[in-house]
Amino acid sequence: MKILVGLGTCGIAAGAERTYEALAKSQAAGTVPFELDKTGCIGMCYREPLVEIRSDDGSRIQYGNVSADKVEKLLSEHILQGKTIDEWLVWADDGRGSERAYFSHQTRIVLRNCGKINPESLEDYLAADGYKALRQVLDQNDPDALIASIVDSGLRGRGGAGFLTGMKWRFTRLAEGDRKFIICNADEGDPGAFMDRSVLESDPHSVLEGMVIAAFAIGANDGYIYVRAEYPKAIERLNIAVAQAEAAGFLGDDVCGKGFSFHVKLKEGAGAFVCGEETALMASIEGKRGMPRMRPPFPATKGLWDCPTSINNVETFANVPWIVLNGAQAFAAIGTANSKGTKVFAMAGKIKRGGLVEVPMGISIRDIVFDVCGGIKKDKKFKTVQMGGPSGGFIPAELQDTVIDYESINKTGAIMGSGGLVVMDDTTCMVDVTRFFLEFTQRESCGKCTFCRVGTKRMLEVLTRICDGNGREGDIELLEQLAVLTKNTSLCGLGTTAPNPVLTAIKYFRSEFEAHITNRRCPAHQCKPLLTYTILDSCVGCLLCAKVCPTKAITGELKKVHVLDQSKCTHCGECHKVCRVDAIAVY
Amino acid sequence: MSEHRKFDFKKQHFAGEEGHLIPLLQRAQETDGYITRERIVEIHKQCGIPLAQIYGVATFYAQFRLHPIGKNLIRVCHGTACHVSGANDITKAIEDTLGVCNGETTPDRLFTIETVSCLGCCSLAPVIMINHSTHGNLTEKEVKKVLKQYQKADIGEVQ
Repeated sequence: MKILVGLGTCGIAAGAERTYEALAKSQAAGTVPFELDKTGCIGMCYREPLVEIRSDDGSRIQYGNVSADKVEKLLSEHILQGKTIDEWLVWADDGRGSERAYFSHQTRIVLRNCGKINPESLEDYLAADGYKALRQVLDQNDPDALIASIVDSGLRGRGGAGFLTGMKWRFTRLAEGDRKFIICNADEGDPGAFMDRSVLESDPHSVLEGMVIAAFAIGANDGYIYVRAEYPKAIERLNIAVAQAEAAGFLGDDVCGKGFSFHVKLKEGAGAFVCGEETALMASIEGKRGMPRMRPPFPATKGLWDCPTSINNVETFANVPWIVLNGAQAFAAIGTANSKGTKVFAMAGKIKRGGLVEVPMGISIRDIVFDVCGGIKKDKKFKTVQMGGPSGGFIPAELQDTVIDYESINKTGAIMGSGGLVVMDDTTCMVDVTRFFLEFTQRESCGKCTFCRVGTKRMLEVLTRICDGNGREGDIELLEQLAVLTKNTSLCGLGTTAPNPVLTAIKYFRSEFEAHITNRRCPAHQCKPLLTYTILDSCVGCLLCAKVCPTKAITGELKKVHVLDQSKCTHCGECHKVCRVDAIAVY
Repeated sequence: MSEHRKFDFKKQHFAGEEGHLIPLLQRAQETDGYITRERIVEIHKQCGIPLAQIYGVATFYAQFRLHPIGKNLIRVCHGTACHVSGANDITKAIEDTLGVCNGETTPDRLFTIETVSCLGCCSLAPVIMINHSTHGNLTEKEVKKVLKQYQKADIGEVQ
């Protein structure tokens, strides 16, 4: 009997380390015999801490929300008495469990080992066919055939732009130069996206293996992993994995004894969103300010230190060993005509089952939101999903039958992006969220090109005044004009995509902008300067609101309906928050 | 800074390697808590990188600070998921409790508040990170409780 505790960042934040310690303590006491091990993130962030019990016959049972105080019951009932604790059960491989739907719609390629193996154990990875693909590639010793098979698989870059991975490798292989580089882009900067973190924390070897295979394909002997400093756990586990792979001969001067040399270095990012753009990322590795440059020349011909360089995303690399082992056809059999394989999404926002899901391309947004993730929190009205972070856009509920593939998503005005999918309900104000994204891109614009630097700033100013209740006639048209100009003239991806949230918000939610500007109303009740608070007759006269009001706008006597002086009200909303009988209306 | 321990940057394993300025600055910040003027001059003298370039890099990246911070660094996540789940209210609750604004340090040097773009724990939104501990699914009430724990303990990490 083996007990595994999911120790990804989400799990740890929810208290999984305390659960693990409590289990370790019981194990040391020796009254209940069991093996204890760590694993990564299985993706069900909404039920963390998660504990899996693997019986000697291989059957698996997963319990959710197992905080440290529940350990005792878990051991006495499940391990000693052999009883399943139904109320904690989330999933079992015999088909029981409340959350079965979460897994039954998923196809796990990238996440194949996540939450199954111990990410800090090379043996675990080897037992799951780890480094088998690398050995096979080195045995065949035919980089061109390898690249052809990656092209045939139809694998496209999972960082967002969706360029064919095999083609990128081919260009880099054909480029002239003695020294070539492979870079793993793990600078996952989109707010609302955490796929790469989870993969690096739960299965770092699969990314390394993909990198070595890519290096062999293009003829690179050096590689960098550029990872966000905000992901300390991922960095820790990557360092462990690199050391293990070096010791076992999967990295180093003589990989697998086949004479191929490949070294990997970790570079910690220093907190700049623009460094997710490939030319800025390379500048950052070179120790400079992370500013992008014009393309062409593309990195494939002139990249890091002017050498041919292939830059691929974490998820792209994690796909590679699977494709090598299972064949390009098996991968190409999943998905749509132009988008093959699967895509990992980080589900967040107003969704019941928030976490990581891997779904086949071609699934509809409706299926992801409702079938896989159980729908909207508190069963509120589904309003929109935001895809692609600050570079992406909104897809409204009316278009929820849009299928997940690069072209269909682009048609809506959003982008596939790296996989952040934030679900919003009718309490989200679209003007406010758009302002939030522009605040982000304006702050993160590196300032090199004028249109991005000034364009984002001007758009933010207009959005801010609309949210503050000072919107003017013509502001919507002004926004559209600025957005198109910025999109068409900026230097790098940050600037050309920053207007996407503005354009899609206006396209699908124009009436909300008009309500803010013309009627001075925020339909979602989020923009505080536009709200009016009134006390209803159901007021029981408890004086609570009068006490918290910072401007003394509320007066009244005990057990008598209070009065709110609108001229003094600053719309802070404190009275509404404290009212126990919902007698303060907001409109 | 009271005790300035000199580094030998050339002996650091990354010295001499291409593009080592950012790791050098990261190391300096790890040791001192922020990038001191002394360190910038040291790097300049030992590695021959122009002062302007070092300053340029140190001010470009959000990670680097040129001013000291309090004992506990509170990072309030303002990612998309946290934003729609009320990150602004959480920030306000923290500011109200500690009596300082975002970006500032309390007079007793116990806390510094900082907002960050995304901590990557979106399904636990709203989230804050105090030093290396993440606290998720917060409400205004809960965040005040968390802060009290740190105030009481008056020492780095508490669980």
